[in-house]
Amino acid sequence: MSTLFDVFTYVTVSAGAFFFLAGSVGLLRFPDAYARLHALTKADNLGLALIVLGLLPHAGSVLAGLKLVVVWLLVLLSSATVSQLIARAQRRRETGS
Amino acid sequence: MTELVAGGVVLLLVALAIWIVVAREAFLAIAGFVAYGLLLSLVWVRLYGIDVAMTEAAIGGGLTGALLIGATSRLRGTEKAAWAQRCGASTRVVAFLVSAVVATTLALCVLLLPDPAPTLAPEVSADIAATGVGNPITAVLLAFRAVDTLLEAIVLVIALIGVWSLAADGFWGGRPGVRQRVDPDGIFAYFARVLAPIGVIVAVYIVWVGADHPGGKFQGATLLAAMWLLVLMTGIADAPPISRTSLRIGLVIGPLVFIAIGFVGALVSGAFLAYPDGFAKPLIVAIELALTPSLTLILGLLLAGAPERGAVP
Repeated sequence: MSTLFDVFTYVTVSAGAFFFLAGSVGLLRFPDAYARLHALTKADNLGLALIVLGLLPHAGSVLAGLKLVVVWLLVLLSSATVSQLIARAQRRRETGS
Repeated sequence: MTELVAGGVVLLLVALAIWIVVAREAFLAIAGFVAYGLLLSLVWVRLYGIDVAMTEAAIGGGLTGALLIGATSRLRGTEKAAWAQRCGASTRVVAFLVSAVVATTLALCVLLLPDPAPTLAPEVSADIAATGVGNPITAVLLAFRAVDTLLEAIVLVIALIGVWSLAADGFWGGRPGVRQRVDPDGIFAYFARVLAPIGVIVAVYIVWVGADHPGGKFQGATLLAAMWLLVLMTGIADAPPISRTSLRIGLVIGPLVFIAIGFVGALVSGAFLAYPDGFAKPLIVAIELALTPSLTLILGLLLAGAPERGAVP
């Protein structure tokens, strides 16, 4: 059973790391601010979700697992808000208003 | 494998440090500095210094980064002029040499330490039980080195007075910063409404567990200050005028309680900040609880800046 958990962790954490990598490549390669935000927020949130999911079997207690999930939700909330604010600031700069 | 990761983090840290020094724009250097603080907190986790890691992430990366961003946005207008006045090549070579000598000396000092390094750790850990505090960092900071912690709190008050002293004469006693106008139904106000209560709960938890687990007043107060600033930035609440008496009392209550307990120790146990037998833990908890609101107000107002308008909103 624990081997199964380990395999699960390896697979999900590696997938999460891949999404982080993809998000970072997008941040470096995409042409404008909106596309870069798109790459960062979507890919990184999914990557963090996969990493949290992978760590859950090793959290030790239900409370520790819940804390991990809460960390993910808080990052989700703040990155969604910050990307909105950055996109709005960028649009204001472009329209010059 | 972990050695490989640790080595990679160290290389990144050195590269970031060089980047911070050579960056052409202050803002880029600060972005590097914030990332540097977060990476450094990873290093502290690796060294089992969870308390230090939390402080580094909250204060080193977060709060100091925000302070520096505020400073650089004020200096943006003069940054080009400052670059034009760059000192000559000879001065820069001398500065580089002095820095290199200092860095080499420090590195040599660390490398030439006797093995095992001289340490008080065994004696300290033998006596920690006497304080009744389960977290050794808290025990050291508030029992064995309480004077340092007291002075830190007082230095922060003095720093805040320094920030306030930048106010124009007409605004002395007024409210810091500008009144923020944010769409009350917008995403930013919504974010503050959702996050602030959660942040306050987490901060109180961090202060409370500080006695027995990693955490404590500095980390908790930084988080509380961040939540307060979030509420100020979204215009949900306005910053208080710095002349308000209750605010002034809140700023000094923590250090005053600390000093008062110190003098009680001088009378009862014969030394300043010595805790009477059996009362160490309640007194340490009392100091932490008294310092938390003061530190929150100080850190928040440090970031809010000098008064820029009158006391009337």
